[in-house]
Amino acid sequence: MEVLFFLLFAAMATVAGLGVVLAKNPVYSALSLIVCFVQVAALFILLRSPFLAAVQIFVYVGTTIVLFIIVIVMLDIQQALFERFIPGNTLLILAVPLVLGATMLPMLLGSDKLAALYTKSQAAGAQLEGTTAELGTALFTQYLLPFEVISVILLVALVGAILLAKKETR
Amino acid sequence: MSGILELGIMLFHVMVVIIILFLVPIPFTWMERKVAGHIQQRLGPMRVGWHGVLQPLADGIKLLTKEDIIPDRADRLLFKIAPIISLVPPFAVFVAVPFADNLLLSDMNIGLLYILAVAGLGIYGVIFGGWASNSKYSLLGSIRSCAQLISYEIPMGFAVIGVMMLSQSMNLSDIVNAQADTWNIVYQPLGFFVFFIAGLAEAQRVPFDLAEAEGDLGAGYHTEYSGMRFSYFMISEYLVMLTISVLCVILFFGGWHGFLLPLPPLLWFTLKVGFFVYLFMWIRFTFPRYRYDQLMSIGWKVLFPLSLANILVTGFFIV
Repeated sequence: MEVLFFLLFAAMATVAGLGVVLAKNPVYSALSLIVCFVQVAALFILLRSPFLAAVQIFVYVGTTIVLFIIVIVMLDIQQALFERFIPGNTLLILAVPLVLGATMLPMLLGSDKLAALYTKSQAAGAQLEGTTAELGTALFTQYLLPFEVISVILLVALVGAILLAKKETR
Repeated sequence: MSGILELGIMLFHVMVVIIILFLVPIPFTWMERKVAGHIQQRLGPMRVGWHGVLQPLADGIKLLTKEDIIPDRADRLLFKIAPIISLVPPFAVFVAVPFADNLLLSDMNIGLLYILAVAGLGIYGVIFGGWASNSKYSLLGSIRSCAQLISYEIPMGFAVIGVMMLSQSMNLSDIVNAQADTWNIVYQPLGFFVFFIAGLAEAQRVPFDLAEAEGDLGAGYHTEYSGMRFSYFMISEYLVMLTISVLCVILFFGGWHGFLLPLPPLLWFTLKVGFFVYLFMWIRFTFPRYRYDQLMSIGWKVLFPLSLANILVTGFFIV
């Protein structure tokens, strides 16, 4: 049952991901990205971390893509449609990811660490069973330093973004 | 076999909730028009049925028989699915809402976060609907609602953190049970103030209804919609209003716990929610609409610092 759901969500996420890249119209790309993120949230629920799933929807689907869409809608879409994102040979553009994918896939599937990871995450999931309190405790005791470092980096990024966006007033 | 039976019972419960939610906008539209009428010293609908109670039914028949117009050069696919996108999230929210003790569909550990996350998705119907209409007014409406959503989701999320800190849980049943003696409004008046105002903005109600602002945008994002597709937007708007009222009651006004009168819990819950729905309507016909720049400065310069201060003060009291 769980495997079936996993296949469903994973397939939909992949198709939606392709849609993001292939859609001609940027608004449809954004729509596909929403679908993709919602499917990833569903995968988090299958992995027994409902907190992550809710945060995924709250932050990415609920807010980040809204920002994307503001920018997209403000642009002149008819003109943007004819502008190519990457100039150059289509064949070359297709070949590079294909070769990369073809080499990475056997490595990924041949690795015995993948199977180990799967059983490990199952065991961890059974232990945690989505308690937000435990997540919070872990973040503020065991992983306090990385957590604080990340928050400082985010603050720096925010200040940087404001500096970049601000017009020169001199 | 028992699995199938369980699934059947669950589906039945889901169906009951869905049907109730579909019926709720019917009395709401009547109530809204009556409230509007009496506030403006008129009678409101009087012709169809006793004091116009059948008016929503007449409206429904009118909307059903109207032509479904799709503007020329609109984005047909998005135009068609946008009302449905806006309709689904308000229904999904009620999966986690506890109507009374043990009377809920799913007792989620992260219920509060789930509701806030899913309720935010309804905006996509507005955004896509406005964009797909290929009309200036609709597009302006949807851009406004984008900006509004981002500015008010943050204070709203921060305002409920105080409640989470008090009840030490994100489970809505736990939050309500923590208020059995004293309601959260006593400890969190500032949190409620911020939450309610941000809720008004989230539900796109006056004084924050800039997305449809009939004064300056025609009808905003749903200018080009007619018939059933238009009524989907209306239903979803009423359900979002209901969601915010329900959240106010659960988070700040003790959920199904009553006071003085020993009424059944479900009745108490309904009465409180009804009061907040009335409050929404009362505000609609009492206050004028904010300007766009006022909207932004209220969100970022007033509500956001207030919600942060609320967290700080609550933290001091708890520690």
